[in-house]
Amino acid sequence: MRRTIRFLLGEETREIESSDPTATLLDWLRADARLTGTKEGCAEGDCGACTVAIGRLSGGRLRYEAINSCIRLLATIDGCHVVTIEHLKRSDGSLHPVQQAMAAHHGSQCGFCTPGIVMSLYALWLNEERPDETRIEDALAGNLCRCTGYQPIIAAARGISDFGRRREDPLIANADAIAARLKTLRDEETLLVEQEERRLIAPATVNALADAVVKEPRATMLAGGTDVGLWVTKEMRDIAPVIYLGRVEALKRVEDRGDALIFGAGANHIDVRKALATIHPQLDELMRRFGGEQIRNAGTIGGNIANGSPIGDLPPALIALGATIMLRRGAGRRVIPLEQFFIAYRKQDRRAGEFIETITVPKPPPDALIHVSKVSKRFDEDISSVCGAFLLRRGPDGLVAEARLAFGGMAATPKRAANAETILKGKPWSEESVALAIGCLAVDFKPLDDMRASARYRATVAGNLLRRFLMETTDAAIATRVAGLMRADAPRAAHG
Amino acid sequence: MADGTPSNRDAIRGGVHRPQAHDSAHKHVAGEALYIDDLPEPAGLVHLYLGLADRAHARIVSVDLAKVRAARGVVAVFTAADVPGVNDISSTGLHDEPIFATDRIDYHGQPIFAVAARTRAQARRAAKLGVIQYDELAPITDIAAARAAKAPLVTEPLTLARGDIESAMKGAPRRLKGSMTIGGQDHFYLEGQIALAVPGEDRDVTIYSSTQHPSEVQHMVSHALGVPSHAVTIECRRMGGGFGGKETQANLFAAAAAIAAKKLNRAVKLRPDRDDDMIITGKRHDFVVDYEIGFDDDGRIHAVDAVYAARCGFSADLSGPVTDRALFHADNCYFYPAVRLRSEPLKTTTCSNTAFRGFGGPQGMIGAERFIEEIAFATAKDPVDIRKLNFYGVAERNVTPYHQTIEDNIIAKVMEEIERRSDFRARQAAIRAFNRDSKILKRGIALTPVKFGISFTATWFNQAGALVHIYTDGSVHLNHGGTEMGQGLYVKVAQVVADAFQIDIDKVKITATTTGKVPNTSATAASSGTDLNGMAALAACDAIKARLVDFAAERWSVPKDQIAFLPNRLRVGNQEISFPEIVKAAYMARVSLSATGFYKTPKIHWDRKKGIGRPFYYFAYGAAACEVLIDTLTGEYKVERADIVHDVGHSLNPAIDRGQIEGGFIQGMGWLTTEELWWDDKGRLRTHAPSTYKIPVASDRPTIFNVAILEGVKNSEPAIHRSKAVGEPPFMLANSVFFALSDAIASLADHRFCPRLDSPATPERVLFAVERMRALAAGQEAA
Ligand SMILES: Cc1cc2nc3c(=O)[nH]c(=O)nc-3n(C[C@H](O)[C@H](O)[C@H](O)COP(=O)(O)OP(=O)(O)OC[C@H]3O[C@@H](n4cnc5c(N)ncnc54)[C@H](O)[C@@H]3O)c2cc1C
Ligand code: FES
Ligand code: FES
Repeated sequence: MRRTIRFLLGEETREIESSDPTATLLDWLRADARLTGTKEGCAEGDCGACTVAIGRLSGGRLRYEAINSCIRLLATIDGCHVVTIEHLKRSDGSLHPVQQAMAAHHGSQCGFCTPGIVMSLYALWLNEERPDETRIEDALAGNLCRCTGYQPIIAAARGISDFGRRREDPLIANADAIAARLKTLRDEETLLVEQEERRLIAPATVNALADAVVKEPRATMLAGGTDVGLWVTKEMRDIAPVIYLGRVEALKRVEDRGDALIFGAGANHIDVRKALATIHPQLDELMRRFGGEQIRNAGTIGGNIANGSPIGDLPPALIALGATIMLRRGAGRRVIPLEQFFIAYRKQDRRAGEFIETITVPKPPPDALIHVSKVSKRFDEDISSVCGAFLLRRGPDGLVAEARLAFGGMAATPKRAANAETILKGKPWSEESVALAIGCLAVDFKPLDDMRASARYRATVAGNLLRRFLMETTDAAIATRVAGLMRADAPRAAHG
Repeated sequence: MADGTPSNRDAIRGGVHRPQAHDSAHKHVAGEALYIDDLPEPAGLVHLYLGLADRAHARIVSVDLAKVRAARGVVAVFTAADVPGVNDISSTGLHDEPIFATDRIDYHGQPIFAVAARTRAQARRAAKLGVIQYDELAPITDIAAARAAKAPLVTEPLTLARGDIESAMKGAPRRLKGSMTIGGQDHFYLEGQIALAVPGEDRDVTIYSSTQHPSEVQHMVSHALGVPSHAVTIECRRMGGGFGGKETQANLFAAAAAIAAKKLNRAVKLRPDRDDDMIITGKRHDFVVDYEIGFDDDGRIHAVDAVYAARCGFSADLSGPVTDRALFHADNCYFYPAVRLRSEPLKTTTCSNTAFRGFGGPQGMIGAERFIEEIAFATAKDPVDIRKLNFYGVAERNVTPYHQTIEDNIIAKVMEEIERRSDFRARQAAIRAFNRDSKILKRGIALTPVKFGISFTATWFNQAGALVHIYTDGSVHLNHGGTEMGQGLYVKVAQVVADAFQIDIDKVKITATTTGKVPNTSATAASSGTDLNGMAALAACDAIKARLVDFAAERWSVPKDQIAFLPNRLRVGNQEISFPEIVKAAYMARVSLSATGFYKTPKIHWDRKKGIGRPFYYFAYGAAACEVLIDTLTGEYKVERADIVHDVGHSLNPAIDRGQIEGGFIQGMGWLTTEELWWDDKGRLRTHAPSTYKIPVASDRPTIFNVAILEGVKNSEPAIHRSKAVGEPPFMLANSVFFALSDAIASLADHRFCPRLDSPATPERVLFAVERMRALAAGQEAA
């Protein structure tokens, strides 16, 4: 058992002996480290003012990611390299190329969003020297700027390399040395952060994790913290004791088994996206639009399932694909179809002492028709009003043999349209059949009715998504998407 | 540019009309610009948090704060009883806005008490522990409910009238009536509200406040503390965005922090969480415009009769001038031969709506564009032709509904530019062709103009002061009453000063706005910051320059007309003397090197009772052409192209001005598209965080975005270096997005019916408008 949090902050090694186990990284940076360049705009992961870059070892490689420090707990950066806006200037005091580009292109007005934007662009630049505009927009989807209208920021992002070379960046040039330092911070010990009987436990192995969850069945499990972080910052809930899953490397693995993809529950949305993209481009697009880049870097597939939200984006897609999840308790494991996991509103089939270990997604047969649509008020970085994910197979006779129509936002849980599926079976894949299926949706669902969308809108869109599915799979000439990678004329650039 | 950089002899760095970078650009990108929450905290500082009502409308039966007091870390609790002066922060003097509610709750989120604790988290937790018993009343949330409940008006309404409306309407060959609902908007400044109060000796207190209006904060705090204004100093170096949301809304936080600071004799910081900030503070007013228009078959307007009802919230705040300005812009660029415009500032049980970029102007103006659209559909003509037909004339047809004659009309020139640059007619034809072949996706295009009046309509606000010192080394200290919220005011005024003395801009130190240096200032609002403060600073510079010239003339015995300010030096007769040398010599000769400057806008006057006057010094013009693509299955859309031509007179700083134009347009687009304020049936705002309230992100900006500053124009009035105000006018260029959406929707019924789209045009509203169009088209085919 280790009781100090260890990490690199800029060039320094920091060891923190005693800390509130649920203190956020942002509060620590601003109040304790007095690094006030990183700002708080919302404390809920949605504005990006608090963005910092985090370096971590992933499969032996040093990987830098932009994250929201406002909803990230300090204890969870153990073993990582924290890079804030203050660490970007060169040792001679001159601005970093990212900063120079932002200043030269008039990328700041009030300046409050600026440190976060610089850090998002920096993390992008560390991974890609000359990103295209779509990549830049993706990387900035989680950064709000109320002043500039973004135009000069995009120009700056495109022009960073005019001000300096990536390979001369200290983090790139010294990657080996940084990786070596991070390796020395790594161990197999469980980390315990405790203060006044409130504790956070961060095991480093799956077995230690399994034991910890059995021992503390009431503990809050914390993965990426993109939900749980808000319980702390918004609801001011005391979530202790906490079991943190993020140190367990094995849980982050994504494996292609040939007939199926196997995801460790701790795989982040970036890695999940890469794997799902091999199944269908619309899954790629779904995950491209999941949260902002910072959320995709932190959030996990396991968290997106376990939170039981009726508006989560992965569950409909995974249900349509026939995914199963493996729940583990101690040494025991059970496998259930994902759809059975969701019992009622925010009530899941997770027993005391259990956690989700893996998610298995069978690869659909090549002739399967697949469709995924996320519809939201704002196109990027928004929660779905309706998310529809469909898989349809036709028999040798051309008639529908199997239909799996899963929806988010249409009921208290992610749910399949049982009646619509039944009515399609044995029918031709045609406008008439789709009309019949749409007729069933009113029976299948009682959609949510709230600030994101009215029930009537959700119901209408759900039906129209089936129409979109039909058109997209039967008449390639019809354009159906206004934006994003699914636009007929979108640059089909692979993501980074 | 760092000090020590050699001075330029050909031209100064950072003079006027140059694309000088924002003075804090370097600090912004380095994370070194200090906002109030970044300041080192004085020892012993405590954090204050507000305890909020969780009913929208109720009588308070009892307030039990025992649990709050007992909570961990709590130092003190404050209620109305602890207010030493007057428990009121109404900026109008109407006494309708308590700091802490006493017997009645008028909106969900109204502060009832404040709690000070050692940490902010402790204060936040404790603030939730108040036990309040309510006697609930029915909430009156929106305009319809307010009208149904015969809710009172929060302030005196305004009528603007010209011509004989009754007979003109009756005499018009054609008439139509309609109604348009226009949504509100949250400011979503990235830096939330914040105040840090530091008590001093005697009755003194200094407050670091994120405010656009330090003088008003000063008055409110002195009023709440019951001390003279001289005891209260307000300072603001910069805000992380304001947009009108910190014109009056900073008062509450500053007053509460000051009360606690004086009582506890400790520094007190109050920074509400984003969600609480959005729940507590006022927003852009929602409007319902009910209109009747009379016109002829050519589409020429004969008469306009309209009522502008606004959701004002529980108190007057700035609702009077905001609804007035809606009326002042209800004409936009169009001449109404006979007109009657009436405001209806309705009281509702919601947060008290306030200033927001455009200040009611956008709501009035979009109504005018709706009138045009209605007429275009009714006469089956192109909206652009209807616009042109109804434009104000130059020599005639040039009198506004408030009886001001427009003397600087350049809308025809702007229009010509935008049509050419956007290739409007050709693209419009191409879009019609596209729509015929595209089954699901439809395009729309629209071109809308802007004419925006510059000056505070409250005439006395059109004054400003500045303070300029030159130190003996020739470096300059600049201070004025304007505040910096990102709009680049500080750098523009510094450019004016650099130009006046002909010294490099890096010799001019920009300093924080403080009530201690320049008193009795106006809010930095109404786009007037540079016009007013630039002129005041120039006056101060001129005073010092005159002294330097007098001094040099005497010292070197040359006539004054042989003395000139050259870049970084003076020519005195045949010799050239560097600026620092002259300054030093003047000091040795006991010449005062410090001056105040004062400016008041000439020509303007306004008689609100009669509805007659010249409220505006001049107008700023612009136009935008916008193309969108909509999805008729989901209502989703994308702005594919926007072209803008905007008039800033002779730009003081084209880089800053371009930023204002682009940023204003995108903010306006957000207002009209995805930014939706949504109250539930209990009168609670449910979109109080960025998770539910969606401002534009990077990918929302137009795919093609061409922004041009109108070339070769100057302000016809002698405003600062013949430039024009730029803060607000570009916001309304986004009307083109809205009407392009409407155009795309109209294509579903072959442009035969006016879609009558309401704002914000969320995907949901677009989809339902599409469905309505389809039904109308089907109905007509059936008939
Ligand atoms: C700004 C923002 C944008 C977002 N956008 C989207 C979006 O577009 N689409 C969307 O679907 N969601 C979105 N979310 C929600 C959230 O990011 C996702 O649901 C995310 O996948 C949660 O994963 P996490 O690892 O962060 O979960 P955490 O917050 O760590 O945990 C969430 C829940 O899952 C439990 N849990 C986590 N892992 C396990 C496990 N292995 N076994 C058992 N229980 C576990 C936790 O105890 C907790 O109850 C957004 C959130 C934010 C803040
Ligand atoms: S503060 Fe807004 S995302 Fe962290
Ligand atoms: S510069 Fe003000 S929010 Fe981006």
